[in-house]
Amino acid sequence: MRKLWSATGAGLAALAGAGAARAADLLGQPTPGAVDLQPAGSVLKQQAITFHNWILMPIITAIALLILVLLAICIIRFNKRANPTPARWSHNTTIELLWTGLPVLILTFIAIFSFKLLFAYAAMPTPDLTVKATGYQWYWGYAYPDQRIDEYTSNYLPEADAKAAGKPYLLGVNNAMVVPVNKTVRVLVTGADVIHDFGVPAFGLKMDAVPGRVNATWFRATQVGTYYGQCDQLCGLNHAFMPIEIKVVSQPDFDAWVASKAPPPAASSSAPAAPATPAAPAAAAPQHVALNSSTAALR
Amino acid sequence: MATAAHDIDHGHDDGYAHTPPFLVRWLFSTNHKDIGTLYILFAIFAGIIGSTLSGLMRWELAEPGIQVFKDNGLFGVIPILAGHQGYNVAATAHGLIMIFFMVMPAMIGGFGNWFVPIMIGAPDMAFPRMNNISFWLLVASFVLLCTSMFVDGGPGPGFGGGWTLYPPLSTTGHTGPAMDFVILSIHLAGASSILGAINFITTIFNMRAPGMTLHRMPLFVWSILVTVFLLLLSLPVLAGGITMLLTDRNFGTHFFDPANGGDPLMFQHLFWFFGHPEVYILILPGFGIVSQVVATFSKKPVFGYLAMAYAMVAIGFLGFIVWAHHMYAVGLNVDLQAYFVAATMIIAVPTGIKVFSWIATMWGGSIDFKTPMLFAVGFIFLFTIGGLTGVVLANAGIDYSLHDTYYVIAHFHYVLSMGAVFSIFAGFYYWFEKMWGVKYNEFLGNLHFWFLFVGVNTIFFPQHFLGLQGMPRRTIDYPVAFAQWNFVSSVGFAITAFGMLIWFVLLIEAAVRHRKAEANPWGEGATTLEWTLSSPPPFHQFAELPHIHAETH
Repeated sequence: MRKLWSATGAGLAALAGAGAARAADLLGQPTPGAVDLQPAGSVLKQQAITFHNWILMPIITAIALLILVLLAICIIRFNKRANPTPARWSHNTTIELLWTGLPVLILTFIAIFSFKLLFAYAAMPTPDLTVKATGYQWYWGYAYPDQRIDEYTSNYLPEADAKAAGKPYLLGVNNAMVVPVNKTVRVLVTGADVIHDFGVPAFGLKMDAVPGRVNATWFRATQVGTYYGQCDQLCGLNHAFMPIEIKVVSQPDFDAWVASKAPPPAASSSAPAAPATPAAPAAAAPQHVALNSSTAALR
Repeated sequence: MATAAHDIDHGHDDGYAHTPPFLVRWLFSTNHKDIGTLYILFAIFAGIIGSTLSGLMRWELAEPGIQVFKDNGLFGVIPILAGHQGYNVAATAHGLIMIFFMVMPAMIGGFGNWFVPIMIGAPDMAFPRMNNISFWLLVASFVLLCTSMFVDGGPGPGFGGGWTLYPPLSTTGHTGPAMDFVILSIHLAGASSILGAINFITTIFNMRAPGMTLHRMPLFVWSILVTVFLLLLSLPVLAGGITMLLTDRNFGTHFFDPANGGDPLMFQHLFWFFGHPEVYILILPGFGIVSQVVATFSKKPVFGYLAMAYAMVAIGFLGFIVWAHHMYAVGLNVDLQAYFVAATMIIAVPTGIKVFSWIATMWGGSIDFKTPMLFAVGFIFLFTIGGLTGVVLANAGIDYSLHDTYYVIAHFHYVLSMGAVFSIFAGFYYWFEKMWGVKYNEFLGNLHFWFLFVGVNTIFFPQHFLGLQGMPRRTIDYPVAFAQWNFVSSVGFAITAFGMLIWFVLLIEAAVRHRKAEANPWGEGATTLEWTLSSPPPFHQFAELPHIHAETH
């Protein structure tokens, strides 16, 4: 019972201080009790937050309040005690035209900003880096074709390991995706077995990993840090257990990471199948190699 | 709307009114009212199962970690719905049961069967025997779905791929027969609905009483007419899609298999071409019910009758051209997404017309806040919230942050769990005396409403916050940051469950006290034909057809 009150109390506090809570929200992961969108880690998400917080929320809140007020007036003024004799009218062309026309204008207004955001998502700048993310039941595989980093697997950390690593459970992984800050990163998303979804809230990313199809999306991280996401498409037993962790680092750190990952150029042809994590079920890979051709074409 | 004429009390002549013996009456029933009653009892039964499943899920999600769906069974004790698969099966079955076996049977099969013939002054449905088979097909379908939860699915007992049945999870991801049971169940439910739809269309077009023109029909009849057209046009597409799933699974076809030239997204297009009209199928009859209730208790005719009727037609039409807004994340071409954004937002216009017209109906009225009216007013406000979050989700750019999160769960439960269910309860209380021939207890009805209202809001409002923070739907466990609002949400379920308990007490109280029903308990505001008949109506009504005269709309 105490738990109920503390939770409710926290909820009310969060509601009361929504603005304050926004300032305190953690970057790159969910914040306990928060009531708003995760803070932006990318330019696109920043635009999405602006659209949501300054266009959509004021409009829908105003309309909800308007309906509430109208209903309240009906309840107070037109209940059977306050108004024993009902009116008989049932038409008013002016007001009907008004409540058809005004919503059209409001929606057009929303659409302007909506299309701007949508086309911003679609207008990917020339990418500085391409990462291929493949969804498997139930982990992610990341490959960096341009850096000749073969696919390595990224598994969730069991609760004890996550605690030991100081990462949030069900968000932290053993091998994160690593990308440089302030660079346009293209993510090619595909699925190896069933449909998964590459979702990273702080970047406003959500792209289905569909078998037989390579979807491209992108982000440009504005701050060094760790950004967490999760699989967002029901993919079977361990759907809740295939999180995404993206480490955004400086360019020198990224170069160092690439050097540590990539095999020496001479050896690259002779030993192609040496992923960083041998624990990966290699059986899943061959079927999936065929899909790479389209990736190559995109590149 | 139309006002009833004289001559109605002659409804029960001669041997025409005798009721058949029990088994014949309830097993081989061809009487629209009896079949409607069967549908409603069926919906209540299915609703109990569907709510129990959601209760298990909310219990599981009350705190991080796995408490209910243990690997050796529920709570580690009951050997069903075990582990992660058990959770996914519960989520899948909850969706399918609530849609196909609770909301649809209650609204269309139940209230539709009961009141469409009466409201248009017809003695019965056009095809009484087909009506009977519609019902029993649904029972068979429900048995198949429940069976599927206990047969092998592949990863474990049951099908755990979500009510959307996306391949490859529903093909190579679930190799066991459980998914075949689900497919056949939906086939039967679809056949049942298509037969029902044909029956309603024929009845409404051909069996209206003299003077009952289309534009004099009560809005509930209009809502059912639009709904059954949506059923008739969308269900065959679903049937085609799931048949392809069936052959992919069993007969070596590759419709949805990318390794052999198929496309998993093709199924999503087929599914949502059905699925989006389906959500209007779930809510349109509710629009009709709320229109009747609001007009009755405001003692005022419905405001803007024609606009109300054609808004529903417009919503029904638009419902067919917005399906891919469920698929913004699959990698659609951006221009296509832009189209679906625009088309989806247009739906807000006719929906707005309806909401404002309900308020205008109340405006200037003399409103009696009986239980049905409480549910109707609750419906208007909560459905508006659900509609507004729908406008948010319509924007693809925002959907990239919210797709497949709890924001979507909150959105569609505001329109369904509060919209559809509140309108069902509004209709249930509105027609309670008419259907059961006894009065309900107004105090218990009020209590039921308030607990339900507080409960469902406590469940679903915090889920908006979870979704904004990015919590994915359909997960058995979650990062600890989501714990607070999930706990509040689960407390909401307990409140809701208590509210439903009050409802069962109300049913028992009404049955035990057995207060004699009046023909028209609502007074001057109740102008439709069912209030001209006794409560309950005679076994066969309108042996002599009523004549409908022009009246105010």
